Amino acid sequence: MALMQIAEPGQAQAPHTHKLAAGIDLGTTNSLVATVRSGRAATLADAQGRHLLPSVVRYLSDRIEVGHAAREAATQDPLNTIASAKRLIGRGVEEIKTLGDRLPYHFVSREGASPRIHTQGGDVTPVEVSAEILKVLARRAEETLGGPLSGVVITVPAYFDDAQRQATKDAARLAGLHVLRLLNEPTAAAVAYGLDQQAEGIHAIYDLGGGTFDISILRLHKGVFEVMATGGDSALGGDDFDRAVAQWIMQQAGIEMDADHAQLRRLMHDACAAKEALSSAESTRLEVELADGGHWQGTLSRRQFDELVEPLIKKTLMVCRRALRDAGVEREQVEEVVMVGGSTRVPRVRELVGELFGSEPLVDIDPDRVVAVGAAIQADILVGNKPDEEMLLLDVIPLSLGIETMGGLSEKLIPRNTTIPVARAQEFTTFKDGQTAMAIHVVQGERELVSDCRSLARFELRGIPPMVAGAARIRVTFAVDADGLLSVSALEESSGVQASIEVKPSYGLNDQEIEQMLRDSLSHAEEDKQARSLREQQVEAERVIEALEAALAADGERLLSAAERQPIDQALSQLKAVARGEDPAAIKAAVEALEQSCGFYVERRMNQGIQAAMSGHNVEDFE
Amino acid sequence: MTGRRPGGRFFDMLDFSKNFFELFGLPVGFIVDAEALGERYRELQRVIHPDRYANASEQERRLSLQGAARINEAFETLKDPIARAAYLLGLHGIEIDPQQETTQDMEFLMQQMELRDELAAVRQQADPYAAVLDLDARVKQQIKTLVAQMAMQFESASPEQLEAAREILRKMRFLDKLRMETAAVAAELEDELS
Repeated sequence: MALMQIAEPGQAQAPHTHKLAAGIDLGTTNSLVATVRSGRAATLADAQGRHLLPSVVRYLSDRIEVGHAAREAATQDPLNTIASAKRLIGRGVEEIKTLGDRLPYHFVSREGASPRIHTQGGDVTPVEVSAEILKVLARRAEETLGGPLSGVVITVPAYFDDAQRQATKDAARLAGLHVLRLLNEPTAAAVAYGLDQQAEGIHAIYDLGGGTFDISILRLHKGVFEVMATGGDSALGGDDFDRAVAQWIMQQAGIEMDADHAQLRRLMHDACAAKEALSSAESTRLEVELADGGHWQGTLSRRQFDELVEPLIKKTLMVCRRALRDAGVEREQVEEVVMVGGSTRVPRVRELVGELFGSEPLVDIDPDRVVAVGAAIQADILVGNKPDEEMLLLDVIPLSLGIETMGGLSEKLIPRNTTIPVARAQEFTTFKDGQTAMAIHVVQGERELVSDCRSLARFELRGIPPMVAGAARIRVTFAVDADGLLSVSALEESSGVQASIEVKPSYGLNDQEIEQMLRDSLSHAEEDKQARSLREQQVEAERVIEALEAALAADGERLLSAAERQPIDQALSQLKAVARGEDPAAIKAAVEALEQSCGFYVERRMNQGIQAAMSGHNVEDFE
Repeated sequence: MTGRRPGGRFFDMLDFSKNFFELFGLPVGFIVDAEALGERYRELQRVIHPDRYANASEQERRLSLQGAARINEAFETLKDPIARAAYLLGLHGIEIDPQQETTQDMEFLMQQMELRDELAAVRQQADPYAAVLDLDARVKQQIKTLVAQMAMQFESASPEQLEAAREILRKMRFLDKLRMETAAVAAELEDELS
């Protein structure tokens, strides 16, 4: 169903059909979806008018519940109700054990490092749990917008590492979504806030969510958001405040530390309620059910609460100071600090952050919705609905990338807070005669020793031409894309041979596991792999054909000679013919052949476009 | 907009044979107008950044990624006086391996040792934080002085001047290492105070 196109004042009619896109804030505690309609970005509500979707998924033997219903069941059914999957995503089993919280789930380990949680509905990974949440939100957007989504922007904490980002993308893939961009949460908030306020200058975004903390220092100048530095803690958030209160209650009430799961859940729930009450009250009454059926009653004052959470807040302030140093910015230079995330409602947080930055933190933007709104604005632009848009987001990599060298040291290759995309090359050589393969271990983190950093992956290079030891010159290029994800390529320079690279991620799912999940998930039960593969190839072929035909219509005559044009037209009709068939492999080959044939044309067009844009002329002026 | 280009020739951003100055349409030299550099950088990223190609073909996305990474590299290099100096020397055919080369200037090295001793002893001072900030300021000032000296060397870029530039670069790198170590201590002390 084509949507009626309403041109915005001052903007020309877009030549393409308006595409549907959404921004998704996949939060630890709550998730949201937002879209741009009639030029305005807003979060979407469910049938009951609720915008927030609790990030809780309950697996029963016959169905999956997501959101409010699941959350209500959490205290009675803790083993099957997964909350805060964001704290687990992209992490290995060993790491989860050291995270410090006693998670009430029943973990099972299978082959591979991905933790699985045993539930009534099967053994599930945090990636699958997140996929269920994404599905609900995508469906909400599609129902509201009246059509399928061409793409989504999903936000992640700025401090998420490569494994956590990749896992988030995997979740989107499982949910059948095309990810336009993984956007850092503080940057998303800055977009929503910055565009709203037209505020040039340097800003700080203090984002304290349920399970993660981010601080970003950004400069906004003429529509360009430049992240200067970012810092954070991907295991610190409002949940930890709750835990501090829960532990206090346990002490006061004489509850043993090894209380059962259900009681722990109830305590966390009560602690959370107390925390929220203390945002506006000076004290709050607590009543806790004890194991023996009795009750404990007590009072928690604001002052006591502040004492309990102060060490956590101080941790965030230390991270803020480091970010300011990394940005090369004095506190006085920061125009204002914007509070994002539900946990910034805690008065003591606002007080201490205000003290650090020397100004009253900005709290008038809804801290729950601002991230989703920013993501929606970006999604609308990335999907192509605003071809004249000047806004640009220049983000950074949050953690240094290093390579393991002799003695278990990490040699920093790309320092933290480097603007992305970034590519760095490093020369390697062989140490044995005839060596044809080598492995490179990439880690993330600031420490000297590899063992103190986070292992990202092992890259196995194969196909190095056999030579005398030390003769090979292997140039390995490490590239981090705009999503913050690393890819590696390698070239043996003397022979010009491209090494093939096998990636062995240290955490996360490999392709076979995802394939299996796709097969198992309900929405794909009817289709078999072949049918899905065919559909994917046909969609891709359609995109390529549409884009190329539009390009040729625009400038094919001007930029291509008849001789150059002929092979392109040929490859194009070949692809059209094959795409009508049933053979996915043939379609894929035809797409590749077409891309090969018009590669030079794509480059020529891009150069033209760049030149034209920079000189302020229209392309036609160069006739 | 800046940069006059020969008539009829397109500015080819994806041509990796262009040097960083050419990429930004700036004259090749040590003195760089920081504001012009920043403006140019934003203009270039506005057109080539992957955000402009998020929904485009695989090929365009790949080219965009390469182009944007290169623009970022160029910007980082031209923005920092030390990186810029090393790059300029490289353009003149002089490559310096930071591991191999170091200055032989005894007076300079003695001075550096004194500064390092000062850094090592900073915690014994009455006010360690103030002491380290003071040291930091002095190191930065020394670097600034060298930057000014460096500017003069690239004016005519004769072999003698390039040799002089090379020596200045060795000293700058030395001082920069000290600056980073000083900043690390300052960071520690700042955190301890809070």
